[in-house]
Amino acid sequence: MFWLRQTVAIMVLNLRTIPSRLSSSAVAIVGIAGVVVVFVSVLSIAAGFRAAMQGSGSRDRALVMRSGADSEMTSGVTGAEVDIINQAPGVKRDGRTAVTSAELYVIVDLPKKSTPDSAANVPMRGIEPTAMALRPEVSIIDGRMFRFGTNEVIAGRGASGQFVNLNVGDTIVSGQNRWDVVGIFEADGAVAETEVWCDARTLQGAYRRGNTYQSVLAGLETPESFDTFRDWLVSNPQLNVSIRRENEYYAGQSQNMTRLITTIGVGIGALMGIGAVFGAILTMYTAVATRAREIATLRALGFETSSVLVSVLFESMVLGAIGGIIGAAAAYVGFNGYQTSTINFQTFSQVAFAFRVTPQLLVLGLGYALTMGFIGGLLPALRAARLPIPSALREL
Amino acid sequence: MKFLPLIWNNVWRRKFRTTFTLLSIFVAFLLFGILMTIRHSFSFGVEIAGLDRLVVINKVSLIMPLPYSYEARLQAVPGVQMVTHQSWFGGIYQDPSNFFANIAVEPETFLKVYSEFVIPEDEVKAWLDDRQGVVIGKDLATRFGWKLGDRVPLQGTIFPPKSGDVWEFNVRAIYDAPDGVDKTQFFFHYDYLEENRNQGAGTVGWYVIKIDDGSRAVEMGHTFDSMFENSSAETKTTTEKGFVDGFAKQVGDIGAIMIAVSSVVLFMFGLVAASTMAQSVRERTSELAVLKTLGFSGPVILVLVLAESLFIAGLAGGLGLFIAWLIVQSGDPTGGMLAIFILPARDVWIGVGLMTAMGVLAGAAPAIGAMRLKITDALRRS
Repeated sequence: MFWLRQTVAIMVLNLRTIPSRLSSSAVAIVGIAGVVVVFVSVLSIAAGFRAAMQGSGSRDRALVMRSGADSEMTSGVTGAEVDIINQAPGVKRDGRTAVTSAELYVIVDLPKKSTPDSAANVPMRGIEPTAMALRPEVSIIDGRMFRFGTNEVIAGRGASGQFVNLNVGDTIVSGQNRWDVVGIFEADGAVAETEVWCDARTLQGAYRRGNTYQSVLAGLETPESFDTFRDWLVSNPQLNVSIRRENEYYAGQSQNMTRLITTIGVGIGALMGIGAVFGAILTMYTAVATRAREIATLRALGFETSSVLVSVLFESMVLGAIGGIIGAAAAYVGFNGYQTSTINFQTFSQVAFAFRVTPQLLVLGLGYALTMGFIGGLLPALRAARLPIPSALREL
Repeated sequence: MKFLPLIWNNVWRRKFRTTFTLLSIFVAFLLFGILMTIRHSFSFGVEIAGLDRLVVINKVSLIMPLPYSYEARLQAVPGVQMVTHQSWFGGIYQDPSNFFANIAVEPETFLKVYSEFVIPEDEVKAWLDDRQGVVIGKDLATRFGWKLGDRVPLQGTIFPPKSGDVWEFNVRAIYDAPDGVDKTQFFFHYDYLEENRNQGAGTVGWYVIKIDDGSRAVEMGHTFDSMFENSSAETKTTTEKGFVDGFAKQVGDIGAIMIAVSSVVLFMFGLVAASTMAQSVRERTSELAVLKTLGFSGPVILVLVLAESLFIAGLAGGLGLFIAWLIVQSGDPTGGMLAIFILPARDVWIGVGLMTAMGVLAGAAPAIGAMRLKITDALRRS
């Protein structure tokens, strides 16, 4: 109890004298804040990308692609195969028709708003009329649904925001094809929001695909009927396809990119952290050095060595906490919700997403700041505790 | 020169403090080097991409093929030196995470258009003679430990093979190239693709055309595009540089992010250096006054203090850049996602410039203060 009172007394004393050592304390705070801003904001890119991909797709839908294809982009399924897939057990049915959509997934070149002079690979999906019933999360938020059999298209909310010429009433000219944008849709933040949708049959003609598609999205009777559905298709000798749950397909698509960004983010964050610890050590060392006489006096008066040690550590962690809060706040205000788009290497097409500074990331950043403060304070605290009293009292 | 010992002693006056200042500047420049390497690798070699090479793609999108028949027509255009075509194969080696570019090419013309690839004569011959032969980049060979003669199976994602489950290739040649060229690519015979695929026969991915005069690139591009206007496959021609740059832009502005992070880092650590220098000079006020009393002029004091801060910034920064360079030499840590992983010479010079700037800026205020010091005031203050 006595020890605690002693320690608290020194802590308060230390904190009250911070203003007189403002410039040197500021160095530690700025250093730690800088690390936290960079660390949290880079990881928020990965979090945003992953959220966009993992929020996509549903457990109760299955995606059928040609076996060996690693994405819809490289897959191919003929019209005849689609007819067989529609017969499979486990597929949800509306009356006698299977609730499935045979789709095409291609790229249309459109400039990004941020770099209007060069084209970006915007994904374009050809769908069947059942596709909308199959995807209840999709709804038109502006304009109307396109009419099948025409060259009308609807654009996802993300695509409309990121690329030039994707508003209701615009016309996309792509080679000899002209597409009229008649509506904007949203899909609960899923990747589909980066896509442009049109009639699959119109797209087959425009991209000279004959009667072939690239994937079949099938509604399942229940999430559990997936195995029945898959086993039937895999064992059918007329087909050579692979089947995945839609949500698992999208989760897999995000792996490479998320890993790359996380590696870079953690690597940079760790190195910067080491540098910031050095900065904190310098600050605390200065703090101890300028107060050597005070500390020696306290100890001569009978204050415990451990109280001195803890108080220095505490001060350093307070600086860390201040830096961490500033950094986390700056990252949140500056980057949360920031809209951007990048290329997904696995489908070779654009994905629009928003940076996400999640609560977990904020906590992580703050914890990292405290750790830096603690490590930075360790050496100077030991020094303060070991200060030989007589010579320290004599100093200056 | 005679003041060097004095500067040296001043630097090490407080060993603890100097050590940690050196360490934090060291970390700053280590990071700078690595960030600039990442930035460069996301520009996909745009600096060295040729201006005398044009890329002709389908106007609708790169994924749409072009007819093989265009080759002869393009070759006939005056000013065209050599036409070659390439097709993206998208094959997977064992697992999708082992990504690398694998491309079907027309070997003879390919070698003429890409003259920067260095391949030993006998390997070239072996590659040309083997229909299933491939030429692979040096870095790719290192990554998977492939040697000449190895048999490499790839799973065809876009093109399932007509016979067998996988596409089989033989490593026949390994290319090297100047720094900044992607050395992780895998090139094989278009003929092999053509005979063993069951879709897309008679088409190629895109054409690469070497022209006589790079300054006529735009004009030549218009010529090509107008040849195929209103046909079923219209084209879009760009310089190779423009093509690579366009791709880099699709990835997003990684360069800007890296520069932003570098600025934060350098500002942070510059502040550390400045604060230490200011403090170290403040502590020495009386000593500086004594020096002045002994007859050292104001400008000499200024130079002494500046030299000290420049020395610290230069030593730590130089070491940081050097270690960054060493790390970069050991190759891409992400396993193939950053194909071109080098620290460009230009960025090294920028680093040297930044070190100097950091030294001068950190030392400027204390140095000027020291120069203006009034002897009487300074001596009284202590």
